[in-house]
Amino acid sequence: MRMLLKIIKDFPWFLWSGWGSIASILLFLALWDVGNHIYGDLVLPAPKAVFSEIYRLFSTPEFLVDLELTVERGLLGFAVSLAIGTILGLVGGRFITASVMSRPIVTILVGIPPIAWIVLAMIWFGFGDMTVMFTVVVASFPIVFVGALQGSRTIEGELSDMMDSFHLSFWQKTRDLYFPHLFSYLFPSWVSALGMSWKIVIMAELLSSNDGIGASLAVARSQLETSTALALVSVMIGVLLFVEYIVLEPIKKEVESWRD
Amino acid sequence: MARLEVSELNFYFGFTQILNEISFELNKNEIVSIVGPSGGGKTTLLKLCGGLLDVTEGTIANSFKSSAFAFQDARLLPWKTTIENIMLPIVSKYGYKEAYSMACDMALKFGLEEKDFEKYPKDLSGGMRQRVNFARALVTKPELLFLDEPFSALDIGLKRELQDFVLQNSISEGMAVLFITHDIMEAIRLSDRILLLKSDPGEVIKTYEIAQPKSLRDDEFVFEQTRKFLNDKDILEIFEIKAR
Repeated sequence: MRMLLKIIKDFPWFLWSGWGSIASILLFLALWDVGNHIYGDLVLPAPKAVFSEIYRLFSTPEFLVDLELTVERGLLGFAVSLAIGTILGLVGGRFITASVMSRPIVTILVGIPPIAWIVLAMIWFGFGDMTVMFTVVVASFPIVFVGALQGSRTIEGELSDMMDSFHLSFWQKTRDLYFPHLFSYLFPSWVSALGMSWKIVIMAELLSSNDGIGASLAVARSQLETSTALALVSVMIGVLLFVEYIVLEPIKKEVESWRD
Repeated sequence: MARLEVSELNFYFGFTQILNEISFELNKNEIVSIVGPSGGGKTTLLKLCGGLLDVTEGTIANSFKSSAFAFQDARLLPWKTTIENIMLPIVSKYGYKEAYSMACDMALKFGLEEKDFEKYPKDLSGGMRQRVNFARALVTKPELLFLDEPFSALDIGLKRELQDFVLQNSISEGMAVLFITHDIMEAIRLSDRILLLKSDPGEVIKTYEIAQPKSLRDDEFVFEQTRKFLNDKDILEIFEIKAR
């Protein structure tokens, strides 16, 4: 609770510290505009055209339905991989055999490109929700799993001894030692898995679904509507930036303030 | 009277014998040092006495009501501030507010400043971390304190300061201290009794009593005694010192 209040209290300062990033984004937009002057509207529409397209998109109900669907799929897939990855990783870390055995499997899972999973999922599940979510889960699960595994492998015997030497209860040990330690490994892995889920969900939709942002992107491509395509991409990036910098970053700053 | 009594203690890790037939006792008000070379099973002995390892052969009878540890490395929780670390052992007993003020008092007593209270261990110097370590151990007002070479990485000024704290506490509160060290001078300054532990396996080969009251031991006395110890045949042997 104290932590939450501190996050809210520090939030304006955090936003104020964002001027540097805003400046670099504006510089990027300027370069984009230069590109537009060189290559023309078909190849690279002007930023202004793209932004008015974004505005138009948000006023059409079909787009909002698609956006909601994509977010829903992404979050659902993320939630499943988070739950499975965290639980399996924590349990796996407690047993040496399990962690040794899971290593090569995780390497294989990480090594398989998501696009290959999409193809397989399309064969197994056909077109639609299941394929998209399966791909999201398979691609982001290993990230969470490895984080949880490392977290539970590295609980320090020395700190644990220290807690025992004061005869502290299991509950206090969990709250003051296990939880903060595990969380410091889990949280970053959750953040990267969330980013991964968001990218994968769009790719999977583009190839294997008739609805969602990814599918709209496929339509825009086939009709050569470059400004719509760029608008969709901008929306995707916008969602990611919002979640990472506005929602997660302040939390991360607060919960990891003890780190070097 | 409260006491710690170790008798005929043996301990093995696998097939390797670590401790062999250790017997000694520690009473209220007393400071007993265990001196020996590194890797001689001293820490294992301390862990057994503190209940961090299970006794398999022999007995350890501990009738002290409370005990605390100060470790060689401070072992602070990196995600807790100075004060939160100090209040760790007492927070569930006294509640947050009370424990907080007790921890603040103890921190000030150990020479920490108010501006350090909300710092995380990463922002503290090694010496300050060790102060926190001691404050955390003594905030519990233990009847028995275990010290695992806590002075070994400190500069001489801080070493003396923290040793004086332990000494004061032992004299005024009657706290018993079981002290592990490889520094003979330190042991002479603080202890009523010194047990000499040889390694492979750990065995007490000699016990020295120091009769001089602890408060009357000045540097002169400590140096003189240390010189005597360094001429002792057993000490030369277990520390593998070549006589000149």
